[in-house]
Amino acid sequence: MSEAVDLVIIGGGPAGLAAAVEADGFGLSVALLDEQPAPGGQIYRAIESVPADMLALLGEDYLAGAKLAAELRESGATYLPDASVWRVDEDGTVAFSREGRGQTVKAGRVLVATGAIERPTPIPGWTLPGVMSAGGAQVLLKSAGMVPSGRVAVAGCGPLALLITQQLVAAGADVAALLETTRASHYIAAAPHLLKAIPARDYLRKGMQMRRDIKRAGVRIHSGVEHLAAAGNEKVDAVRFSRGVSQTEIPVDTLLLHFGVTPNTQITRQTFCEHEWYEPQRYWRPVRDEWGATSQDNIAIAGDGAGIDGAAAAALSGRLAAIDAAWRKGMIDLAEKQRRSDLILTDMATHKAIRPLLDTLFPPPPDICAPPDESTIVCRCEEVTAGGVREAVALGAMGPNQLKAFTRCGMGPCQGRMCGLTVSELVAGARGEAVPDVGYYRIRPPIKPVTMGELAAMSE
Amino acid sequence: MFRRLHDPKADAVTIEFEGEILKVDPRETVAAAVLAADPDFSRTTPVSGAKRLPFCMMGACFDCLMEIDGVANRQACMVRVRNGMKVRRQTGKRGLDA
Repeated sequence: MSEAVDLVIIGGGPAGLAAAVEADGFGLSVALLDEQPAPGGQIYRAIESVPADMLALLGEDYLAGAKLAAELRESGATYLPDASVWRVDEDGTVAFSREGRGQTVKAGRVLVATGAIERPTPIPGWTLPGVMSAGGAQVLLKSAGMVPSGRVAVAGCGPLALLITQQLVAAGADVAALLETTRASHYIAAAPHLLKAIPARDYLRKGMQMRRDIKRAGVRIHSGVEHLAAAGNEKVDAVRFSRGVSQTEIPVDTLLLHFGVTPNTQITRQTFCEHEWYEPQRYWRPVRDEWGATSQDNIAIAGDGAGIDGAAAAALSGRLAAIDAAWRKGMIDLAEKQRRSDLILTDMATHKAIRPLLDTLFPPPPDICAPPDESTIVCRCEEVTAGGVREAVALGAMGPNQLKAFTRCGMGPCQGRMCGLTVSELVAGARGEAVPDVGYYRIRPPIKPVTMGELAAMSE
Repeated sequence: MFRRLHDPKADAVTIEFEGEILKVDPRETVAAAVLAADPDFSRTTPVSGAKRLPFCMMGACFDCLMEIDGVANRQACMVRVRNGMKVRRQTGKRGLDA
């Protein structure tokens, strides 16, 4: 692809899909680069191919993705599946690999719609075979129609932990228990936000329904759990936790962990966008305006990558970014821009209304942000422990990037996706500084694997 | 570790995992197909040789690295199965010849 494209969208989830359709509607040339083989991102993964009997199991929210995917297919946007983006330049050049070849496309504007990843969940034993993220189990359910074959427990907090438990129960998995860190004090802290959340009460209704379904199926919900650990020799065979003074061990074959989702900032970091620290959920997000414009002229952000607001809000933010792109290209004037976005912004506010409540109800536990146990692995790739990080700080490492030189922490293939937040918290704690002051890993391209053959093919 | 809710249908393909022939659905990723075969591990780590299985299934954790059709360091959760594919565990770091 040698010619320039008005809007290159990276990511095929709700934000990317809605942006592509909206931008195409304005007559912008649009290319959507999706690393998945079909549209939907993670939340609507496999929406085009999932069997009919699975749809009821997966729930009505999942079904909303079908319309978005269909609209993309019907639009004039160029959809490129199986495209792995490994570098984005500030001038709008996007480098990606597809069908064994490296390629570049020059974008007038790049819209990063790469969504969220799950927060790292560093509990003792989390690297054991059999321990997975809740999202991982949900991907297997959606895209492969698979459930854990043995006994499974779900541990953590947040809407996805509840959802996967309910879905696994509905699919006939042997769910031993749901272990949630949420306790009475969280409900009390969240209560003041209840009034504000009323416009988004649908979310609350769904949450309560999920809890009822889980309990009705006979699955035990343990609340206020602490000191979670995965026990086992070469694979997980039990999950341990404590509640108050009591300690419990439940035999399991699979343990699913979830402590919320966080913006995937790999591309926004790699393009030197400014980021800010969001304290209630303890994650970084790119600094942006209501249209998704970042601190970099040619880079925009939409969806959960801008801040966790859920799938419905993601689609709306994609549309706003597309409208902004059309205005920047001179296709509509300011009055038209505001007219087209009024209703979207109102809708957006409704969906965002649930966040103060959810964020206060499900904050990440301090022990998950900064594991107290020195032997807990923090960097899964290089097997650096919490103790190893603290020791390096004691030896003089002043931040996450210097830590790389001391320990190789963050230098493995995942490029900090699984340890970045934890490391920033550990360094901050050890140095007595605030996390925003400690900062985050510098992210360098390639941000996804690229082979020599794919690079060589670029000059052909 | 995982089981299919439905057996692979008429359009099933076969892949080879560590010498074992697996009948899989063409929609599955290599990671999913391997998990359904219930292995103890799919790779060992470069640092300590610890056994790992896929963790995130969405291309973020890189714990699903496997050797697929002779090429190592491939994220098995990002590669769809193909008839005749040969899949092997990745042992430690990738070698120069794979």
